[in-house]
Amino acid sequence: MAARTLYDKLVDAHVVRNLDDSGLVLLYVDRTVLNEYTSPQAFAGLRAAGRKVWNPRAALMVVDHVNPTAARRVRAMPDDASTRQVDYFAENAREFGIEYFDILDPRQGIEHVVAPEQGLVMPGMVIAAGDSHSTAYGAFGALGYGIGTSDIEHYLATSTVRYRRLKTMRIHLSGTAAPFGVTPKDIVMEVIRRIGADGATGYAVEFSGPVVSDMSVEGRIVMSIMIVEAGARGVVIAPDQKVLDYLKGRPRSPKGEMWERAAASWLTLSSDPAAKFDREVTLDISEVAPLVTWGTSPDQAIAVTDNVPDPVQQAAPDRRAAAMRALSYMGLTPGTSIQSVPIDFAFIGSCTNARIEDLRDAAEIFRGRRVAAGVRAIVVPGSTQVRAQAEAEGLAKVFTDAGVEWRQSGCSMCLAMNDDVLKPGERCASSTNRNFEGRQGPGARTHLMSPAMVAAAAVTGRITDVRSLLGGSRQ
Amino acid sequence: MMPFDQVAGIAAPMMAPNVDTDVIMPKMFLKGVDRSGLGEGAFNLLRFSGGKANPDFILNQDGYRDACFLVVGPNFGCGSSREHAVWGLQQLGIRALIGTSFAGIFDDNCANNGLLTISLDPERVTALASVIADRTRNDVAVDLAAQTIRFDCGRRRMPFEIEPARKEAFLTGRDFIASTLIHADDIRAFEARHRAASPWMF
Ligand code: SF4
Repeated sequence: MAARTLYDKLVDAHVVRNLDDSGLVLLYVDRTVLNEYTSPQAFAGLRAAGRKVWNPRAALMVVDHVNPTAARRVRAMPDDASTRQVDYFAENAREFGIEYFDILDPRQGIEHVVAPEQGLVMPGMVIAAGDSHSTAYGAFGALGYGIGTSDIEHYLATSTVRYRRLKTMRIHLSGTAAPFGVTPKDIVMEVIRRIGADGATGYAVEFSGPVVSDMSVEGRIVMSIMIVEAGARGVVIAPDQKVLDYLKGRPRSPKGEMWERAAASWLTLSSDPAAKFDREVTLDISEVAPLVTWGTSPDQAIAVTDNVPDPVQQAAPDRRAAAMRALSYMGLTPGTSIQSVPIDFAFIGSCTNARIEDLRDAAEIFRGRRVAAGVRAIVVPGSTQVRAQAEAEGLAKVFTDAGVEWRQSGCSMCLAMNDDVLKPGERCASSTNRNFEGRQGPGARTHLMSPAMVAAAAVTGRITDVRSLLGGSRQ
Repeated sequence: MMPFDQVAGIAAPMMAPNVDTDVIMPKMFLKGVDRSGLGEGAFNLLRFSGGKANPDFILNQDGYRDACFLVVGPNFGCGSSREHAVWGLQQLGIRALIGTSFAGIFDDNCANNGLLTISLDPERVTALASVIADRTRNDVAVDLAAQTIRFDCGRRRMPFEIEPARKEAFLTGRDFIASTLIHADDIRAFEARHRAASPWMF
């Protein structure tokens, strides 16, 4: 057989049948995670047609998008619409027999943090879920990708989706250790700014190279999630011992002899050395600096040491107009140093950057410092388990000592569907993945960056090169 | 889903690149458990400001209010998977989008609901956009069976490509779940093989 990519192997292993002779297939999907805002109409569709869920055990339901993150957790939602959404979600879980984590469950959290924590994700799987960032699961050697509500309904009713194979892109990360102050977030933001917000549209991405092997599983998750902002429709990373160590002993991970068999099989999953990708991108990470976005698209990013770019440098008229609109929305003037820009709010959270490693990075900056006057800073852990671990490690105390609000878990201000919303014109240093217009509230201005960079901005009151606070001793 | 055969009406240009689904359907409109009320939500923060129609927004301008086609810039529909964006566009009366490229999840969501997306090369999209920017020449007729777009007061015509299976699904407005369940035995047989090969996944 011809050399194949890991992506092709995973697709091949899940084809139930061809649907036509042009490559449309019925693809078996092993797992899904459901949230309260993209699933209701799918369940309503099942009810209306009198259909059942094909395999309820393959799914997990967790409240994460609309819930408040106030320190004291209560079952009630703050408004009628959210209450109805969560009630309907719970009712669907009961009626269709799917495991459900409500807001008071110690296993609650953002779906893409919770699913791996529970061991729901395994190498070799196909996992499709009703959230674009379901590519997170690529970090485990599963093919993860996002679907809309109609496809959720299709999946629930049949355990399959109609699928057309994607083109493949390998993003090879070379170099040795990441430069001082550079995190996986900066690396993936650098890739996005180089290939553009549609640079990976129509592609499944495989991350490879020595940098990826050295990186923690958490770091791989950051890249797998964030590359969606370049349009990637699926992500895979070959699993290794680190992935096995992460999964061993998780509630839904295989046990005993079954674990041994599974682990042996997982370590064989990789692209054949001679496999051809439709596009190859290479990045030497020694060229990467801490990045920050200046605009309203995730590819509008610059090194923190740079100045806000001038749109006249954009040759294409529609791109130039978009850059000018972005600058006016963001209230920025071309040529100003991005480090002179003051912030009102600092947000550390989201499925991208609210795992334990991210909180450790941020705490290192906050330790012994205070949030600047006039700035409000909040940390929203990625899951209730991450919250508990951060408390056990003493990180929560570091945050509160620094004047940072220590919150309960949820998506929170990543998309501001709950009550964590910025006011028009407020400027936020944010560890999230999207700086779209209105994302954190109508008129709100979002600068994407790593969690440590957010912490640095919080303590100085303006966008700041985190390296100036890390001290020379760590170089 | 709603079938699509021949549709004629007004087209509005919206050529900004990377129009994301947060802009198409802001979060305030995502709290329902059904598909109602999303027409108001579509482009809400661009269409309205301070409770009034924003005169700068194309669909608030004379000659474009009743548009049923949007001619759009690259990577339209990027970002969040929210299908509410598609439902809202349909409730606003939009039947087809013509552009160079569409974001993957959004494009699938469109196909699942009968909102036709037509991809053309950039020169053609630019040519079409510049004609319809003149409100006396903003009529467009899409004939899916014939795979043609007629524009410029009927004077010009351009062909477009679409995969046969996709075309068929749009023309018939097919229920995909029902057609997949015809293969239920195949799914069960696959599941048995898959379970034998990877029992830990079950
Ligand atoms: S944290 Fe943000 S990106 Fe992640 S699932 Fe929640 S809303 Fe989506």
